[in-house]
Amino acid sequence: MKDLSRPPVIEARGVNLVFPTADGPVQALKDVNLTVGKGDFVSFIGPSGCGKTTLLRAIAALEVPTGGSLAVNGMTPDAARRSRAYGYVFQAAGLYPWRTIAGNIRLPLEIMGFSRAERDERVARVLDLVELSGFGSKYPWQLSGGMQQRASIARALAFDADILLMDEPFGALDEIVRDHLNGELLKLWARTEKTICFVTHSIPEAVYLSTRIVVMSPRPGRITDVIDSPLPRERPLEIRDTPEFLAISHRVRDGLRAGHSYEV
Amino acid sequence: MKSLLPILTVLVVLVVGWYAASVWLNAPWVRDQAARAGQEVSFAQVLPQTMNQERPVLPAPHQVAAELWKGLFGQAVTSKRSLVYHGWITLSATLMGFGIGAALGILLAIGIVHNRAMDQSVMPWAIASQTIPILAIAPMIIVVLNSVGVTGLVPKAIISAYLSFFPVVVGMVKGLRSPDAMQMDQLRTWNASAGQTLWKLRLPASLPYLFASLKVGVAASLVGAIVGEMPTGAVAGLGARLLSGSYYGQTVQIWAALFAAALLAAGLVAVIAGIERVTLRRMGLAR
Repeated sequence: MKDLSRPPVIEARGVNLVFPTADGPVQALKDVNLTVGKGDFVSFIGPSGCGKTTLLRAIAALEVPTGGSLAVNGMTPDAARRSRAYGYVFQAAGLYPWRTIAGNIRLPLEIMGFSRAERDERVARVLDLVELSGFGSKYPWQLSGGMQQRASIARALAFDADILLMDEPFGALDEIVRDHLNGELLKLWARTEKTICFVTHSIPEAVYLSTRIVVMSPRPGRITDVIDSPLPRERPLEIRDTPEFLAISHRVRDGLRAGHSYEV
Repeated sequence: MKSLLPILTVLVVLVVGWYAASVWLNAPWVRDQAARAGQEVSFAQVLPQTMNQERPVLPAPHQVAAELWKGLFGQAVTSKRSLVYHGWITLSATLMGFGIGAALGILLAIGIVHNRAMDQSVMPWAIASQTIPILAIAPMIIVVLNSVGVTGLVPKAIISAYLSFFPVVVGMVKGLRSPDAMQMDQLRTWNASAGQTLWKLRLPASLPYLFASLKVGVAASLVGAIVGEMPTGAVAGLGARLLSGSYYGQTVQIWAALFAAALLAAGLVAVIAGIERVTLRRMGLAR
């Protein structure tokens, strides 16, 4: 709502989502209001059970809200899914063991009907982006878990959807690779002007990457704070040591605490 | 080769037990013969005579081995007394039936996975079909097909398919449903069609299950083909060989035909296991 010059890509108004379970209904999302503008980098941060993954899945039309309105690119989430508006990176790499790394990245391109030449060109490009050039002909089991996850990110980048939904994509990676990929992701974001929604557990990661940080708390899953980052879009790694960065980190931590999120 | 000793031990125990059983079962006939001739026989005299009777109750292993050898290698493979000839007749029906059964099983499984109505309606019938004794339904199939002019290989193949489609359906339904929720969600995010999901994920993921089912199915196919040869007075095939053996009390012939069938089944399963090993290794699914 802050910046009306950019059209909203994702608009949630009073979104509720209740899962029926054997123990009765569970309110996964309660009264979620959020506007994501084109080109925003939005992080969702909060403890387990706060509904951040559910919100991402609702945006992806993998879950259907039970109340409120949710629009993606001005259409219903399902229509957006059908028009292949987003790429989704899951927590687990989910590579097919019978396909090579290149074959796995080619998979969505095959499904979407890209030409053979364009597939090869795109596969080579995204392999390079995640520093897996030369591993295209390997099978997933020949790669470490971290490399597998990088391949899965390459797969989500391959078809250049305008929106990138990422569910703790770097959670399984070591600090060094994570820092590097965070930097790469920022570069990619700057170059392509993608809109990115990013679920994470890590406060530094959220602050480093985001233009906007959405702090959530559990039971019921709701948004407790939305922080617009004053950091410039151009972000060297050293920005993490600036007072602004630490101030935002502090506010995120306060927000998490205010949501009683660490109460047992 | 550490497993060689236990394997040989089991084999020796089986053979010794078999010899003991054949002595025990064949001895009464020797004693009867002696009693009729008014002779008194000692056990030492009985023993050798239990080993090479023409129509023993239970032939000794070496008799079966000799008959098997004679049947397999002792004559031209075109001879009516060649087990290779009869084996080939049965094998051709087995392979045709297995092909039909496997294809039917795979198609039914694809239907069951994609269509709720089929999921609920086909499986009970498939299970019911397997509760009917094949010996009861085989003559019916032969008679019905014969009345519409279908004879020879096809009726046997259909009985064989009747037995082999079931394990393939069960295994393939499980296999086609083996991809996890995340993999299905992922294809949804790419807006993949049902056909693409089947072709790119479900079918490749089901292959380990398919091969396990095929091994069960091919053995069942062979049983079906043999059973299909028995009630019809077929003149060729391992089933016919078993039948004529029982008509004329040729127990050695029956046992040789049984062993030929067992060898055939082992060979068929081994071929599928070989294809399985190569395929799964190439697909990176080998465990």
